[in-house]
Amino acid sequence: MAKIIVMTSGKGGVGKTTSSAAFSTGLALRGFRTCVVDFDVGLRNLDLIMGCERRVVFDFINVINGEAKLNQALIKDKRLENLFILPTSQTRDKDALTKEGVERVMEELKADFDYILCDSPAGIERGALMALYFADHAIVVTNPEVSSVRDSDRILGVLQAKSRRAELGLDPVQEHLLLTRYDAERVERGDMLNVKDVQEILSIPLLGVIPESPAVLKASNVGQPVTLDDKSNAGQAYRDAVGRFLGEDIEHKFLKPEKKGLLDRILRRSA
Amino acid sequence: MRLLDLFRSQPKKSAADTAKERLQIVLAHERAGNSSPDYLPMMQREILAVISKYVDIDEKKVRVQLDRQKDMSLLEVDIELPGPSGESIRARLAG
Ligand SMILES: Nc1ncnc2c1ncn2[C@@H]1O[C@H](COP(=O)(O)OP(=O)(O)OP(=O)(O)O)[C@@H](O)[C@H]1O
Ligand SMILES: [Mg+2]
Repeated sequence: MAKIIVMTSGKGGVGKTTSSAAFSTGLALRGFRTCVVDFDVGLRNLDLIMGCERRVVFDFINVINGEAKLNQALIKDKRLENLFILPTSQTRDKDALTKEGVERVMEELKADFDYILCDSPAGIERGALMALYFADHAIVVTNPEVSSVRDSDRILGVLQAKSRRAELGLDPVQEHLLLTRYDAERVERGDMLNVKDVQEILSIPLLGVIPESPAVLKASNVGQPVTLDDKSNAGQAYRDAVGRFLGEDIEHKFLKPEKKGLLDRILRRSA
Repeated sequence: MRLLDLFRSQPKKSAADTAKERLQIVLAHERAGNSSPDYLPMMQREILAVISKYVDIDEKKVRVQLDRQKDMSLLEVDIELPGPSGESIRARLAG
């Protein structure tokens, strides 16, 4: 049975698109047929992060409006057989997302995919509401920072009141906390909220902690989701988060600063 | 200039170089106002209408693919024609 996942946060710029690209890639690496959908109408960016920006012909809105068939708008990832991207429109606005239209596309995707991952825009308006409305799972992307935690709490409230599952009185949307841009050194110095604090405040299960990492910028520069970067700790953290999502018991890594012994420093310099 | 660029980037193109190049291509198209060309749906419908005058085609068997490059874009329209062997003709439009 196909599952719909929303990557949401309330607050902008916390890492939803990065995480959508990384998580969908991780699911496809595990052999699941996965489609990642950009709901940020007017501010298309997922295509860049996925590295398929040159191949966009039709988009989500074209499909909603009946101007193109779904299979014509889906872009097949060049690296992974099981991964598809449904880009959004750069020229229209969020009003183009009608509930009926989104539902039709979601139903059609469900017939063909194991996982449909919706990359939500920031905020709690139409685009964000449509991205979360049909979700079975919500991954709440949060930075260890006060305004981000507050906005995550707000979006949890929206999930519990305005999602399809809430409106129809079905089992609630399953919530997962993904703490991103975690800087263990600053946490250790007491300059940043630690993972326990954030989890305690939001009290939803912890899916993963993604460290602040230069590999994320590099990945976006070249249009290759960080999950595919074998050497980066962020890539490892995303792969682990996918494993946990699939029910595996994996220890959380990168919660402590890396030991910076002399040997480490020398090794690092030569690496 | 071109040649020099080629030599310069030969040893190793940095991630930032790749980022710049990708942005230049995608922004050139977006600024020209054809980021997601609105004429495409209509063009596709007209191509389909012409073809369906002659053969029976399934709209789902039509794929439009695009590859934007620096100096030109390649638009490929793949149409699978019905028939026992499911042969397919392919039209290529560049512009
Ligand atoms: N783990 C990380 N380490 C370092 N930088 C990161 C990390 N995660 C995300 N970033 C950076 O944070 C910025 C915002 O990320 P991203 O675009 O994924 O956020 P977003 O939530 O989708 O934003 P928006 O709300 O605008 O859609 C980007 O520059 C990205 O490279
Ligand atoms: Mg985003």
